[in-house]
Amino acid sequence: MKHLARIGFWLLVLAIGLFSIFPFYYAIVSSFRSGAELFSVAYLPQRLDFSNYAAVFERQPFGRNILNSILVAGSVVAVSLGLGITAAYAFGRIAFRGRSLLLMTILAVSMFPQVAVLSGMFELIRSLGLYNTLPGLILANLMLTLPFTVWVLTTFMRELPKEIEEAAYVDGATPWIVVRRVFLPLMAPAAVTTGLLAFIVSWNEFLFALTFTLTNEQRTVPPAIALMSGSTAYELPWGTIMAASVIVTLPIIALVLVFQRKIVAGLTAGAVKG
Amino acid sequence: MSGAIAGTGVPAPSLVRARRSSLTRSRIRAAWLFIAPTLVILTLIAGWPLARTIWFSFTDASLNSLDDYDFIGFENYLANYDGEWLGLLTEPDWWHSVWNTVWFTAISVSIETVLGIVVALILNAAFPGRGLMRAVILIPWAIPTVVSARMWNWMLHDQFGVINDMLLRLGLIAAPITWTANPDTALWTVVMVDVWKTTPFMALLILAALQMLPGDIYEAARVDGVHPVRVFFRVTLPLIKPALLVAVIFRALDSLRVFDLIYVLTANSRDTASMSVYARQQLVDFQEVGLGSAASTLIFLIIALLIVITLALGRVRLGEDPR
Repeated sequence: MKHLARIGFWLLVLAIGLFSIFPFYYAIVSSFRSGAELFSVAYLPQRLDFSNYAAVFERQPFGRNILNSILVAGSVVAVSLGLGITAAYAFGRIAFRGRSLLLMTILAVSMFPQVAVLSGMFELIRSLGLYNTLPGLILANLMLTLPFTVWVLTTFMRELPKEIEEAAYVDGATPWIVVRRVFLPLMAPAAVTTGLLAFIVSWNEFLFALTFTLTNEQRTVPPAIALMSGSTAYELPWGTIMAASVIVTLPIIALVLVFQRKIVAGLTAGAVKG
Repeated sequence: MSGAIAGTGVPAPSLVRARRSSLTRSRIRAAWLFIAPTLVILTLIAGWPLARTIWFSFTDASLNSLDDYDFIGFENYLANYDGEWLGLLTEPDWWHSVWNTVWFTAISVSIETVLGIVVALILNAAFPGRGLMRAVILIPWAIPTVVSARMWNWMLHDQFGVINDMLLRLGLIAAPITWTANPDTALWTVVMVDVWKTTPFMALLILAALQMLPGDIYEAARVDGVHPVRVFFRVTLPLIKPALLVAVIFRALDSLRVFDLIYVLTANSRDTASMSVYARQQLVDFQEVGLGSAASTLIFLIIALLIVITLALGRVRLGEDPR
């Protein structure tokens, strides 16, 4: 009975592991196969053929798409963290009237359905002359990352002991100096966590990127992959699509594996979207 | 205001209070300065577009003439032309998308909750390789939704897909299934991919709750010889219920606005279109900004209502004073 339970437990662990990894594994296997090879199913890689990886960059400006994604996600993270840390200090450490209400409003914004602002955002971005540009996407993505950045950082701020800033205030420091000299270093780990989550959200964002860009050169990775098509509408270049998928997923998986603990801490602190 | 009276080392009590209140006032001023940029930006990129979307829903604006439109009241929602009712609320496709979204949310969140608990219980047990396992289950969560939709698209391919191949080899099906094109299986396919992608999130939230449980309860239960299944339903489940509820609500709110997964996995099919897919289709593909905005506004109202309920439930925790 005891042995049976053990075997059952390990089978379950194995099943969960396989279910989690298999799609990505299969994408890698498929990315090394091309042409008629793809018309049969292979469970194991047979040879390393990088022609699909070359084709990704030849047939469309995929390098440009990756650069766009990095620029957009990087800027979004920088702005979110900069604004988020100062705002979180105010929300987490200072009692002022209307604080709870404001914080709740910000939390509510982070639960907004993106589509609810779509036409208004389209008009805003076009009237600012930002349609089909990266700054337009940065602006739009801030709506997704800024609220939860503030929220998660506030949660972390509240956990720090009260004595920290009191000494600084007794010495006559201004709130701005307290944030910069006292809290910025203390918040560094939390900022890494939140920044990573914001990066992933922006890196994965699809609806805004699809709607607010027009040309291939301005697209970020998700719409580029979603709109990847072959020579005819019926014949999708699956090998190339899988190669592109592997290319953009590897760095994210590496980040997640390296920062696993931090990400989990951030997710549980803010219970942000997955 | 300067603090201590010159000559004496100890400030008078009234001055201490005055100094403290001046400090408090200056901190409150600083607080508003610190949150001002965030508030301005959020008003510009969330508040204003939302207000404009709601406004557009009362107009006949179209995408290529966004500056030139007329106010038409509730006609996008419901209007009577010569005895015939028209508008979004009479549109079967809209109601179909509402039904799809609600069905998708109910089924996928239920499955994710049950599987999430199972995975969390496993990861809470001590076994060699637990750290690795915790990293491995994060992989589906980290893969961009569009990419995972495409990966599954390929695995579910009706002719060359690996899923059909597996099932045929195991003798579970007699002929290949057109997973994403067949109306009977399409929405289940979407549910399956969503479960694959978001169960890790659920499991990790539940795991965090499990790890905060005091160990002595379990020790006592073990000494008393209580069956583990009974311990789970009588002790564990009630204790993690608050965390579980938060996780379920967050997932449900997320599922109600589902877009990427359905858009990429099943294209613009009417059988699987969610509310967000329907609204975007009206807005962008048909250029009907008025009608699309009306759909967006309804989605917003539905979700806003749920958010208000959520926040009301969680109010106690949020209203907590800072230390």
